[in-house]
Amino acid sequence: MPLKTDSSEKFAAYAHPGRLVSTDWLADHLGTDGLVVLESDEDILLYETGHIPGAVKIDWHTELNDEVRRDLVDGEAFARVMSAKGISRDTTVVIYGDKSNWWAAYALWVFELFGHEDVRLLDGGRDKWIAEGRPLTTEATTVRPGDYPVIERNDPRVRAYLGDVLEHFGNPLIDVRSPEEYTGARTHMPAYPEEGAMRGGHIPTAASIPWGRAAAEDGTFRSREELDAIYRGEAGLNDGDDVVAYCRIGERSSHTWFVLTHLLGFDRVRNYDGSWTEWGNAVRVPIVRGPERGEAPARPAEARR
Amino acid sequence: MSTALPAQLAEIIDDFQDLTEPDRLQLLLDFSRELPELPERLREHPELLEQVVECQSPVFLTLEVGEAPERRVNLFFSAPPEAPTTRGFAGVLMEGLDGLPAEEILAVPDDVPDRLGLTRAITPLRMRGMSAMLGRIKRQIRATAA
Repeated sequence: MPLKTDSSEKFAAYAHPGRLVSTDWLADHLGTDGLVVLESDEDILLYETGHIPGAVKIDWHTELNDEVRRDLVDGEAFARVMSAKGISRDTTVVIYGDKSNWWAAYALWVFELFGHEDVRLLDGGRDKWIAEGRPLTTEATTVRPGDYPVIERNDPRVRAYLGDVLEHFGNPLIDVRSPEEYTGARTHMPAYPEEGAMRGGHIPTAASIPWGRAAAEDGTFRSREELDAIYRGEAGLNDGDDVVAYCRIGERSSHTWFVLTHLLGFDRVRNYDGSWTEWGNAVRVPIVRGPERGEAPARPAEARR
Repeated sequence: MSTALPAQLAEIIDDFQDLTEPDRLQLLLDFSRELPELPERLREHPELLEQVVECQSPVFLTLEVGEAPERRVNLFFSAPPEAPTTRGFAGVLMEGLDGLPAEEILAVPDDVPDRLGLTRAITPLRMRGMSAMLGRIKRQIRATAA
């Protein structure tokens, strides 16, 4: 049985208000039957330093990504991970994490690839919970295993592959990396190590809207009005658009994917998780350097998969 | 590749190797908790510390080299509590290398981070952060010899 949604006024303005919960809502619902709270962080040890009471850790690297090939887990592995976290198909899952929910949004995106119906983000994530002086614990959470069915992953709806992006020209692309990565001045995030993309720049015609602009200083999502100004105004998106978002490995862009899909209500948004570490290394794909968006290639792109 | 590891570092590696993966992460967390605070003289002079830009989280380090002939090295790290993995790596290097003669630290093989048995659990990006810390320690030692 899904839990009631958070009826905060702020959320009501979003396209899918049921995808967010506030810290107040979560505090009121902790321990409720049918609710599992997951923490998804960039730092693999952060959960152990203290987490929301009753929350279970999920690690994107070892639990949501395939260990051998560059891909997400398959249905069997996902079912195993879910069951171990106490999640069944009808569980309400609330995910929160560090860094404005960056990795929490990535986890939520993976849940949607498997069509998990009721999965929500905690607005403001871990930082807001802590800033409000709410309790953390290092006590291990006891999990009653769930019974999750093996569901085949459904990629095409919300995930784009390299070939899809080559065929996407003429439709809007959003590059959510830093301006320096967009122009090609650097191939990795500021203050992050080099990750081995051979070429710098962006996919032709992509608009540059760094992902963090969707978050306010306290890590919560900006209001509907502010988000509309950024994505409909600045980036020029219109209702009915078919949009692809990308970053470096698809984590930052899952945050933007969440904003476009669930807060602004675009029906056709895909996250290109190959992102720059694939595009910037692929042979013969078109790249634009510098601050201009650039032109779509005249002919269907030459590189094919 | 049979360079002898300093005993205090070899012991840490053995401790990690003896554990299962979840316990190794727990041990790394212990190291992160035990990382000492900067002494006051450095706390007031953050500009004396070098940032390890290869790390995903802000971490700063500096060192002091003692008198010849031994030239014992004292290490100092600063990393925020919100970055426990990075702090853990710093803690391992602190306990494994602090107080050793410069020559011994320079002889530590660069692949030491890979010997902790964490490469499956921790992303390659982060593991490279630890290698970068070791690299910068060595470079700073060499710079003081110049």
